[in-house]
Amino acid sequence: MARQTPLYATHAAAGAKLVDFAGWDMPLHYGSQIEEHHQVRRDAGMFDVSHMLIIDLEGADTRPFLRGLLANNVDKLHNPGKALYSCMLNEAGGVMDDLIVYFFREDRFRLVVNAGTADKDVAWIERQAAGRNVALKPRRDLAMIAVQGPRARAKTWQALPGAQTASAALKPFSAAWHGEVLIARTGYTGEDGFELMLPASRATAAWNALAAAGVKPAGLGARDTLRLEAGMNLYGQDMDETTSPLESGLAWTVDLAAPRDFVGKAALLAHPAQRHLVGLVLLDKGVLRAHQKVFAAGGEGEITSGSFSPTMNQSIALARLPAAAAAGDTVEVEIRDKRLKAKIVKPPFVRNGQVLV
Amino acid sequence: MNIPADLKYTKSHEWARLADDGLVTVGITDHAQEALGDIVFLDLPQVGRRVAEGEECAVVESVKAAADIYAPIAGEIAAVNQDAADKPESVNQDAYGAWLFKIRPDNAGDYNGLLDADAYGKIAAEEH
Repeated sequence: MARQTPLYATHAAAGAKLVDFAGWDMPLHYGSQIEEHHQVRRDAGMFDVSHMLIIDLEGADTRPFLRGLLANNVDKLHNPGKALYSCMLNEAGGVMDDLIVYFFREDRFRLVVNAGTADKDVAWIERQAAGRNVALKPRRDLAMIAVQGPRARAKTWQALPGAQTASAALKPFSAAWHGEVLIARTGYTGEDGFELMLPASRATAAWNALAAAGVKPAGLGARDTLRLEAGMNLYGQDMDETTSPLESGLAWTVDLAAPRDFVGKAALLAHPAQRHLVGLVLLDKGVLRAHQKVFAAGGEGEITSGSFSPTMNQSIALARLPAAAAAGDTVEVEIRDKRLKAKIVKPPFVRNGQVLV
Repeated sequence: MNIPADLKYTKSHEWARLADDGLVTVGITDHAQEALGDIVFLDLPQVGRRVAEGEECAVVESVKAAADIYAPIAGEIAAVNQDAADKPESVNQDAYGAWLFKIRPDNAGDYNGLLDADAYGKIAAEEH
């Protein structure tokens, strides 16, 4: 029996097509995933992302602990509410998960991790924290709603009284408290917006208020095409425990310069990247899909995520290719019995409604 | 579920219609288009290609997935629907209007061996 978020009944009543995702019954779409995609690019949409796990970390050792746990450097976080995207690596330098870490106080941080890796992450973090003054508090009592799109912030302010005062000054990748609600200016779509973390008991009322303000529900289908256009990785697809962040387009999130040590650092230093994650735009007609083989300069590679881009009206993908394959090159992709031409580009494909490639 | 009584069907969710000219028009059912979600690409066969019953001869791709389309009966591809290929979303909008291809059957009697609406309806309901 799959798990259900606090908004499950709301999705079912709205006629959502519900599918199993990482053990959760989640909305794939509410009718048309392409319309939901456009709604987010052009106006405002909302996603129930309560399946993701919020973990609060408390205790005097929290910052030094995270300094060694995460590949990005939490010493970049000074102001309360500031957020950082990071990978959490294993000793071999493989990606255990990607997450967002929020700083509140020296003895209080928050992690938001993927649903499919949540149990594994908690076990791993607890083991790493053994003997340290750090307490883990998984927060299944919270729900999370992502409101995304050029009008997402304005409509959130309209829907939630007092939210504007609390969050009007927020810069991207930072968060502020509004009573019990954490309002974070983050997301997974390449558009402006908020992610709201709030008590599960208040999720339905917030969702309905957002709907009344004109924010339309969007499912995991649109979330996937939006993040792909935004050039954002999906854990388990574009990177996993067997791939290095340096071969997953995530070198920018790995701080190797600071003198600190972290789990996986030695392995990364010992194994420079042989391959890299690039964007592909299909020049012929068809649809790129994960695991299709790519023939490029320097050898073969593989598509890690592929789909149809509703904004560009053509197929796009992320692919892991030999380092010699460069932006601007034309490659061939094996699709069934054909080889179709695609162009290598540097992601993102789309940001803030604009096509960039 | 929308399953017109005057058409024939396959277990793999194609519909077929026999016209007076002897050609059998083939498309995907309303149930199939709904399961696929937003359709964005049709890979249609070459006109003149010979196909066996049950042979893969087209692909319908939605944002979510690619689905193989099988020839309901043996014959020769007599026509393909270029309008639908140019507007793949027309299959979502009107699954029984936006046909994919027409077959000139090897044996005219094969058409009658396909599923009727009642039989297909039971199959589709089980998957629902």
